[in-house]
Parts: sequence; C-alpha cells; structure tokens
Amino acid sequence: MAKVMDQQPASLDVARIRQDFPILARTVGDKPLVYLDSAATSQKPRQVIGAITEFYERHNANVHRGVYTIAEEATALYEGAREKLARFVGASDPACIVFNRGTTESTNLVAHAWGRKFLREGDQIVLSMAEHHSNLIPWQFAARATGAEVRFIPVAEDGTLDLSELSSIVTERTRIVAVTGMSNVLGTLPPLAVLSEAAHSVGAVFLVDGAQLVPHARVDVEATGIDFLTISGHKMLGPTASGGLYGRRDLLEQMDPFLGGGEMIREVWLDHATFNGVPGKFEAGTMNIAEEVGLAAAIDYLEGLGMDAVREHEKQLTAYAIGRLVEAGATVYGPRDPEVRGGAVSFWYKEVHPHDLATILDQEGVAIRAGHHCAQPLMRILGVPATARASFYVYNTAEEVDALVDALGKAEDIFG
Amino acid sequence: MSLEDLYKEVILDHYKNPRNKRDLPGAVLSCSRNNPLCGDEITVNALVEDGKVLEVTFEGQGCSISQASASMMTEAVTGRTVEDALKLVADFRTFMEGKLDPSEEEFGDLMALKGVVRYPVRIKCAVLAWDVLQEALDERDGTAAGAAPHSG
Repeated sequence: MAKVMDQQPASLDVARIRQDFPILARTVGDKPLVYLDSAATSQKPRQVIGAITEFYERHNANVHRGVYTIAEEATALYEGAREKLARFVGASDPACIVFNRGTTESTNLVAHAWGRKFLREGDQIVLSMAEHHSNLIPWQFAARATGAEVRFIPVAEDGTLDLSELSSIVTERTRIVAVTGMSNVLGTLPPLAVLSEAAHSVGAVFLVDGAQLVPHARVDVEATGIDFLTISGHKMLGPTASGGLYGRRDLLEQMDPFLGGGEMIREVWLDHATFNGVPGKFEAGTMNIAEEVGLAAAIDYLEGLGMDAVREHEKQLTAYAIGRLVEAGATVYGPRDPEVRGGAVSFWYKEVHPHDLATILDQEGVAIRAGHHCAQPLMRILGVPATARASFYVYNTAEEVDALVDALGKAEDIFG
Repeated sequence: MSLEDLYKEVILDHYKNPRNKRDLPGAVLSCSRNNPLCGDEITVNALVEDGKVLEVTFEGQGCSISQASASMMTEAVTGRTVEDALKLVADFRTFMEGKLDPSEEEFGDLMALKGVVRYPVRIKCAVLAWDVLQEALDERDGTAAGAAPHSG
C-alpha cells in the first residue's frame, strides 16, 4: 500500500546520493535497512570513509610536530579541515574553530573555560526548556561552581519557544543565552537572530547548540550574531568524535584553557606555564586528526549538494511524514509548519509504547529512536515518558516514510 | 527471531491487565527507580513481616516488557521468604542473561519472558522491576549497596 508523494524533491538526486552510502545497501533480517535515526548519528558516504582510509594509508603522522614530509601533509590536511569548517559555518577566521569530539565537549569547554572565569554569584544563564541534556548539565555544573542561576525560556503549546516573556527572562544580570539551534525532539527551529539580539542587548553572549542545526541548514555565525556554535561532525556525514566549537576570537582569547597537556602550552616551568594562542590552547594532546580530515570530506559532500537543497529536501520529507503519521493515527509533537522546524519528528502511535514500537519496526528493517532523547525536562512538559522519533537526512526517501507508516500497522496487529 | 517469541499472549495479558498494580498502604518497603534509557518509572511496594513477603505491588509506567515483568514479579514473589524472593531475583537475572534454563514449574508465567533474551536492549526493561524489588528488600537489611549496578 505504498503511497508516494506526487513529486520527489527535485533539488536532490536522492537515488544517486544513496549509491554513495554503502550501509544503505544492507538488509536487516530479510528487509532493506530503512534508516530513520540521523538525528542520533548520520550514515557516512564512501567519500568520507575513503578520506579516513587514505589518511591512515598515506599521510598518518602527528600534527604540528614533525618536520618530515608526511607530518607536514597531516598538518596541512588537519588545518585544511579547520578552514573548511570555518567557511561552512560563516566564520572568516579559521582560528575561531576549536576541534574536539563534538557538541557535548564543546558545551563543556565553554561552560568551564568561559563560565568559571566570567560567571559570578547572582549572574544568570538563560537556556530553553527544550535543551538536550548536553546543553543543560554543563550549565548546572557551572551554576553550582559559581553561584550563577539558570533560567529558562518556556516551550509553547505548539512546540515553538514562547518568547512572550523574553524581556523579563533575559535581564541585565544575564551573562549568556544558550539555546538549541534545532530541537532534537520537536524539530523546532528557534528564531536565532531574535535571541541573539536579546542576548546582545544586555551585553550577554549567545551560544547555539548546533548539533541538529548545522547538518541540516545553512548557518552563518557572523551574520546571525552567534558567539559560540557547537558542532557535531558525526551528525553531518562525518566520523564520530569529529566536529568542534566556533567561538568569537576575542572570547576565545579571554577564556582560560580547558584541558591541560601537550600542544596547548607555549612555555613550561615546573611550577607554571604560559599557553598557546587560539585555537591551540584548547587542543591539548594528540587530537582526533583522522576524524577531522574525514569531516572535511563530509563538508565537501554537503557543499556539493548545496545546503539550501538539503534543507528543501528535508522540508518536503518532513511535511510528508507528518501528514502520513497523523493520517495513520499518531500523535505528532512539535510544530506542524515545516518552515519553522527540521526533520526530527517525535510521535506516539496509539497505545503502543515507543520502546515496543521501535522493536516491532526493527523487524521490518525500520530504524527509529525510542526514548527520552536526552531531554527529560522536555518530556515532562509533553507529559510522556518517552516518544518515538523518526529523523531524516539527504539519503531518505518518501518510500521510506511509507515503509515506516506501513510498519506501524504491524504494531497495531500485536497491541490493538 | 520472530515477534511472536517476544510478545507472547501471556506478556500482552499482563501488560493489558496488570496484576497488583496499585498503591500499598502500610507497605514497609518502597523503592522507585527510572530506566534512564527510556524514562520509564517504576515503584515497587512490599509488605514484609517476620521475614516473609506478604504482599508486593507496583506503580508506574513503561513498555509492555517492563510492565508485564513487574506484574509477573508481584505474583511470583508473594508468599516467599525474603531470602527465597532474593534468590528468585538473582535467578531471574541469570535467566535474562540466557544462563539459566528453569522449569515451567519453578518459573510459571515468567517463562514467557524467555524471548526477551534475544533482544539485548530490552533486557533492561524486563529487569527494571526486579532491580527495584531487590533495592527495597535490601533496604530492609540495611544493605542497600547490594543492588545491582544500573546502566543506561
């Protein structure tokens, strides 16, 4: 009972894209894999896998240290990745990119190296109630260490952020506003320019959790007024443990170091040390070199597709999925309008608990996420212990949405 | 691997008609825990006297496996000595590790959960209520540290 959209998104040649992802050719049991969990991690094209292999086979050496040929090659590839990532997010200065394992490490870096230095008792940290734990727990730690207070922008009934009280939530005591660029549960895209303006109007800095945003939409940190942007490489076709942090250069320079060790120093004595400039002072020890080189290949791949086309494809797929899920009797959370949301679609199907649903869908080859999505406070607002979530990326098709909806019927057969 | 092995009639029956799912006024032991993996919450209440488990109830919400397992557990441990109940908890865990092949007579309805062993992610769901029961019973002995480590 396949029911395909009248027209495929014209902007991306999805059939051709799928050829680049070896894992999409595999089966689960005897069913083709339908991968609808890209919000957790994306699949990797052979161009990325190949870049990692080539790095290890031809250029592997530690960076910034050796004076021999392959060390220079490795350094050039690693620094080249930094330039690419800077350009990809609209940063004109590559030194504003700090490499690390991704968004969680980046938020912890800012909460520690910026937070411990600049937050004082009575200062305010403003988050939204839709944050992933990775943009909540580091701020709880920072608040406990400094005596600062964490305040929250509420979530409205329709899943958007409720900004009606923004001017009383963001005050003269606010030092940082840190919000998700796109909710991993609701798909919500908060109005970043408005929030940036609100933060800057009181002299606060503005951090965006880019885990879900950067892989799916064009981001321009300078045009939008983003002071810190956390970036997850593995959610944007890159390897796990790739990605990093964009930080405004003056902020990075004022901050204390984060991890101590080799490479982040300038001069070391037995009882003290001076530190490297940015971004080196935040890159202690041997870094995730091959991963960042792999991320550069992922950026090339995405730029080849065009981020506007990526966004357009996901908008169409998301609208189609929401329509079909609702029609099938599912409760869908988050905004309905694809213009203000991304392709992470949380739902609850009739009486079937998400965990049971995910197990049943897996038998049909359909991989979705079930759980609280590392957003327990938001789950309490929604009034559910968990949701099922389907999320989309460049390689997903309307037929896969149909496979999801068809598989829901199996769950009803068992639990109905 | 078929879904029928997992979602047996007995499990669906306990899920849809849970036994002993209620508050237990006068319970001497009560413990709550949630499954950090999925957010499911469960509370187990136990009435224990003279080393005997007189009554056990549970509250909370969760998937069919966690709810059915909790329901079956309340029936399985009621009337046992605490020592015996704790042994069943240990046996159930070993059963979920696929390292115990109990008789129908010993395990009764619990046998229906055998299929869960083949779904490693779901074992946590099946064991949740049992972990909480052990915590409640250990609390009585003042050995709360004896509860199994809970991952997720």
